[in-house]
Amino acid sequence: MPKRGIAALAITAVALVLLLSFKTPDVVPARNGGVAIVEPGSTATPTPATGSTSGSTAAPAAGATPAPTTSTGSGTTSAPSATIDGPVVDTRYGAIQVEIVVSGGQLQDVVAVQLPAGRRSGQISNVAAPILREEALQAQSASIDTVSGATYTSDAYEQSLQAALDQAGLG
Amino acid sequence: MTVQVVGGLRWVEHVMGTTVSIHVEPPLVPDEILRQVVAALHDIDRRFSTYKPDSEISRLVRGELEEADASPDVRHVIAACEHLAIATGGAFDARRHRADGRLDPSGFVKGWAIEEAAWQLDAAGGRNYCINAGGDIVERGLAATGMPWRVGIRHPDHADRIAAVLAVSDRAVATSGDYERGRHITDPRTGRAATGLRSVTVVGPGLAFTDAYATAVYAMGLDGLTWLATERGVDHAAYAITDDGRAVWTEGMDAYLVREGRSPASGVPPT
Repeated sequence: MPKRGIAALAITAVALVLLLSFKTPDVVPARNGGVAIVEPGSTATPTPATGSTSGSTAAPAAGATPAPTTSTGSGTTSAPSATIDGPVVDTRYGAIQVEIVVSGGQLQDVVAVQLPAGRRSGQISNVAAPILREEALQAQSASIDTVSGATYTSDAYEQSLQAALDQAGLG
Repeated sequence: MTVQVVGGLRWVEHVMGTTVSIHVEPPLVPDEILRQVVAALHDIDRRFSTYKPDSEISRLVRGELEEADASPDVRHVIAACEHLAIATGGAFDARRHRADGRLDPSGFVKGWAIEEAAWQLDAAGGRNYCINAGGDIVERGLAATGMPWRVGIRHPDHADRIAAVLAVSDRAVATSGDYERGRHITDPRTGRAATGLRSVTVVGPGLAFTDAYATAVYAMGLDGLTWLATERGVDHAAYAITDDGRAVWTEGMDAYLVREGRSPASGVPPT
């Protein structure tokens, strides 16, 4: 029982950290363009929590090659790692800035530190902005098997295209 | 009541506040299985409905039942909803969906119930079928044509017209929108009605999460499409209709959209 209690506490703590980290992107101040090397936090493993870098000193390194820095503080020997901020890029979906975590010369994680309004979550899985496609809304009739639409009530079903399809099948 | 037409079976059932249409193409499943599937949906409705005062969810909300003492299904659904609240940055939140802040997992339960129904059909030997629960759908295998199921995305202004056609196989399709029940989706992060989109259709592997993501993207508005593509784009795609009359979709949706003048979409997602 005590063990389970501790496990539950640990899970709660992790969930809390996750929740907190999801809120941070909105409050991380916009950084200047260009590449800045930021010392990683005191944790041994690269942490995706963007808040961990906000208190660090960002050393401007215009044109310089990002020199990996060894993380300190935990006593464990970890591969040299660095957190590197990319430039703020304006896209049609808003300003996007990513922060990458490099460890042992390998890309470990990519975190969006500045996101279009409305976004909360910090993790993104690739650096490139996703491609959206667009066209004017059209109304058409076509041969279909079923219909997807906003959830309707049983009453609304009677007037729905799905009811007509079912009726055709049942007839 | 089942009706068999041209080799296929159809069943229409009013349950969970909506209408569920089941369409099975050969190999058929016994009528008894369909009766069990439908009975299981009514059972889930009895246990999860927020409208039924004696449901487990209602008893949880009133504090008469502790979460630890709830059935495994209820605990599973609550855990999944909590995961989704974190995964969507709060855009899907079963605890903040309602104005009074009470637990309401119905945005997850319907999709999960239909997934359960699909597994029952799988276990009974069903390979080609389509279950449509009020516009949210699981498609398996192929339609009577021998081709992937053709799913029309309802036009928000014209109930008898469609905005697009998707060709899908072994996938779930869910749509969230405002045109059936008014602005019923509240953005849990602001407490206000979601704006920007008329509807969002998501295609994904399982209906429970696909449906929840459709709700979340709808709450986020147009930015939700970018969110879905970046964070769930590996196995989910979205198609949205905006307030100002545009159709916008993530590139993953190209695999499903049947486009005039182009080769038909295969319906099989990229591996």
